Amino acid sequence: MLALADFLIVGAILFCLSVAGIFINRKNIIVLLMCVELMLLAVNLNFVAFSHFNQDISGQVFVFFILTVAAAESAIGLAILVVLFRNRSSINVEDISAMRG
Amino acid sequence: MFEQIVFYTFAAGLIFAAFMVITVRNPVHAALFLVAGFFASAGLWLLLEAEFLAIALVLVYVGAVMVLFLFVVMMLDINLTVLREGFTANLPVAGIVAFLMLAAIGLVVGRHHFGLSEIPAPPAAAADYENTVALGRVLYTQYLLPFEIAAVVLLVAIIAAIALTLRSTRQTKAPRPERQVRVTRADSVRLVSMAAEKPAPADTPEA
Repeated sequence: MLALADFLIVGAILFCLSVAGIFINRKNIIVLLMCVELMLLAVNLNFVAFSHFNQDISGQVFVFFILTVAAAESAIGLAILVVLFRNRSSINVEDISAMRG
Repeated sequence: MFEQIVFYTFAAGLIFAAFMVITVRNPVHAALFLVAGFFASAGLWLLLEAEFLAIALVLVYVGAVMVLFLFVVMMLDINLTVLREGFTANLPVAGIVAFLMLAAIGLVVGRHHFGLSEIPAPPAAAADYENTVALGRVLYTQYLLPFEIAAVVLLVAIIAAIALTLRSTRQTKAPRPERQVRVTRADSVRLVSMAAEKPAPADTPEA
């Protein structure tokens, strides 16, 4: 039988992989955004697993809201990315230093 | 037994896809691997009897968000070699951090805390149980206000995305309706009364 721990371990591996992805792809904003999506997916997996094992549908409602916020976040993030590329012809994080204090 | 086979298949697919997302060179391939990861995750959610969310994940994420990602990745002309700088330099740090985090989380969420003896598997849902109905019942009663706020969040996202990317200068020639309807007779017609310059010629035979 599958235990709750199995699903939580999968979510933990997914989360750690996306953290590692943020470290090794720190110049490419697109891949950074994808890593954030992966993190949210790991959290959602935890929510769904707890919701199932605790027999409480509220966890799934929260996943619903996280999906909404994640969709809004990626839409705005990609819009910012397009504007950035239009102005600077680059999506390198290192080039975005205009607001350095 | 069948459950375990499905679980390990989808879990392995999900982790493999996530690994490829963070290591692959081309962002287009990364986006496609992320799509594969979302599909595998939807399979896991089906196993957890969250059917509506599994379908929503495929429709909303694979159908909309990832297509948006692919669209942006392909539209931008990206210099890949510059973006790969520091990949190997950061690799050891990333590996150590990820491993330490995984070890720490694993100590908490392992089978000794969340195993079957601590949290027994729930009974299988009845044959007439509908996940969508159950979800809608709480979503439209208990969580109505958060639901409305989520709608507002999406509206704000639409407006923000359009406002950010819309170019302010008009580049196409188009009539301005607001100016067209304000045109009056005085703007376009001018009646000029002028006297005839010379008298009409006398009756002369046509040449």
